[in-house]
Amino acid sequence: MTRKIVSSGNVSGNYGNARCDLRATLGSLEIPSAILTASGCAAAGRELDNYFDITQIGGIVTKSIMLAPRSGRATPRMAETPSGMLNSIGLQGPGVESFIENDLVWLRQRGARTIVSIAGGTAEEFGKVAAKLRIAGGFDAIEVNISCPNVEDRGQVFACRPDSAAQVVQTVRRNSDSKIPIFAKLSPDVTDIVDIARSVSQAGATGVSVINTLLGMVINTTTMRPALAGVTGGVSGPAIRPVAVRCVWQIRSALPDLPIIGMGGIRSGHDALEFILAGANAISVGTSIFNDPSAPMRIQTELQQELASRGFTSLAQAVSYAHREADIASMEEAPSSAAEDSETEWDFISE
Amino acid sequence: MASMNSGAIQVKGEVLDVQRTGKYFLMSVTAPGVAERTQPGQFITVGMGGQESSMILRRSFAIQRVQSRGMYGGTLEFVVSPVGLGTNWLTKLRRHDPLDLVGPLGKPFTLPTKPVTCVLVGGGYGSAPLILLAESLRDRGCRVDTIVGASTEDKLYGGLELKRVSTSLTLTTEDGTAGVRGRVTDVLKATLDTSQVDVVYACGPMPMLASVAAESMARKVFSQCSVEESMACGIGVCMTCVLPVIGEDGITRMLRSCVDGPIFRGDRVRWSEIGTVPEGTWGSEALRS
Repeated sequence: MTRKIVSSGNVSGNYGNARCDLRATLGSLEIPSAILTASGCAAAGRELDNYFDITQIGGIVTKSIMLAPRSGRATPRMAETPSGMLNSIGLQGPGVESFIENDLVWLRQRGARTIVSIAGGTAEEFGKVAAKLRIAGGFDAIEVNISCPNVEDRGQVFACRPDSAAQVVQTVRRNSDSKIPIFAKLSPDVTDIVDIARSVSQAGATGVSVINTLLGMVINTTTMRPALAGVTGGVSGPAIRPVAVRCVWQIRSALPDLPIIGMGGIRSGHDALEFILAGANAISVGTSIFNDPSAPMRIQTELQQELASRGFTSLAQAVSYAHREADIASMEEAPSSAAEDSETEWDFISE
Repeated sequence: MASMNSGAIQVKGEVLDVQRTGKYFLMSVTAPGVAERTQPGQFITVGMGGQESSMILRRSFAIQRVQSRGMYGGTLEFVVSPVGLGTNWLTKLRRHDPLDLVGPLGKPFTLPTKPVTCVLVGGGYGSAPLILLAESLRDRGCRVDTIVGASTEDKLYGGLELKRVSTSLTLTTEDGTAGVRGRVTDVLKATLDTSQVDVVYACGPMPMLASVAAESMARKVFSQCSVEESMACGIGVCMTCVLPVIGEDGITRMLRSCVDGPIFRGDRVRWSEIGTVPEGTWGSEALRS
């Protein structure tokens, strides 16, 4: 796709080379670019460094790490769905100690900003993982994955209830350096996501990452059995984007100052802009990496053009822009076009 | 532990030719930079349906042959079996249509350092990567006896090409429509029993690979198998294409076909337990608690 940039009338210059300040501030976390990878879609950055320079985007959000090594679930673990996919990996990983020794050391040496995603079966396990990371240091923030649908207790993830979500965040907060920003990753599979966001914020989360996958299922019509060995899985990709944008919008409306990392099916700079306008301070690129390994870098360039073509000189200006009151400019336009219409369409009646 | 595809790149390629061959289609594409780096057994992934496509996942294909020079620069060939939305889209492409390619991916076949005797076994279009392999083995002075089979004649693939590059070629079909009636493993067993074989290389459906590995192991012959697992990313980040493989330390791990494979030693894969996480697999305690 080559997106043609159309002038909005108030910006001049060559938008193809437009520079727009993409810096993002998420509480105490400041990153030079608001583009991150999404947890579970970038491993620990090493593989992707082959396709683009991972130090040139905002940062790598690593695959959720648990206390002990984990084999993950049996295969099949994945099925393609319209504009998306269903997965049930089951948090395969080497355990936090190996992660610290190998992945975290590599990321630090490489000079990549790192948000470490952590997971646990209990609040205590989350706390133990955070404590080990605290001793190791060398990362920029923690994302608390309280919403992975592929754990043993399906549908009963911590992020489904305000109290259990808060308990995990509190435990991680207590076991982490007080200067380390903590983001709680929320599930869209809840009655009111704002309740959960408010609860984790009060429990000490710096901000929220929205959204994790939606719980879904595919039946294989050849075997006439569930397509995944894990039966249910998480749906991701562009198919879930409107759900994600809605979640960002709702949380931003209720909590104007809460830092939000938005994610869910972002495939282009245009998609990323939607999240920013809805209220996200930064965005994560996930499933689209499977489609295009250099997607985070491409989306960063495209977002810069999308912002510049609309007259924004910084990404920060565009955050929550869709929440503003109706423009004075468009108010002025509306009556004038109505006046034109009246001449052509209402001439059958004389007053 | 960390496996990488450090030689892989993402390039814009172009279709040169799409040729029907039996039930399959042979695609020739330009892939500047990919063709030059390819070793036998490696694969590419192709983005499906363009940038606005509803098919999010790339499809992976074994590289059949490469040409690093010529009027189009680096070009390569791969075979497609049109079975779903993506592969049907791909085979309908025409000359000059653009393609999003990533490669070369995966660990290649390990080649012998001496001119030994090799048996190559291909099932269905799994014989495609054996063409590049056979060429490399012949260049090293190896004897290459190739066995290619399928359920029926029009599912046989690469016979003509393999005949040219092999010392001998045997075809098998289960229904007897071409070559020897029976399975490739029947011919393999006879070959292993009657002649001195040093290495067996195989690519094809999983049950065939399991059988090739078992027959080779039973006779203490070294085997290498190219597995076909469904992949989402092809580059090692999604953890979808795993299978249980025994490491040198004797511990079974769920390894990724895309970066730890697709070539595995036949005696290392726990063939009958693919699709499960076998008891004792590294990190599997959480599944059973």
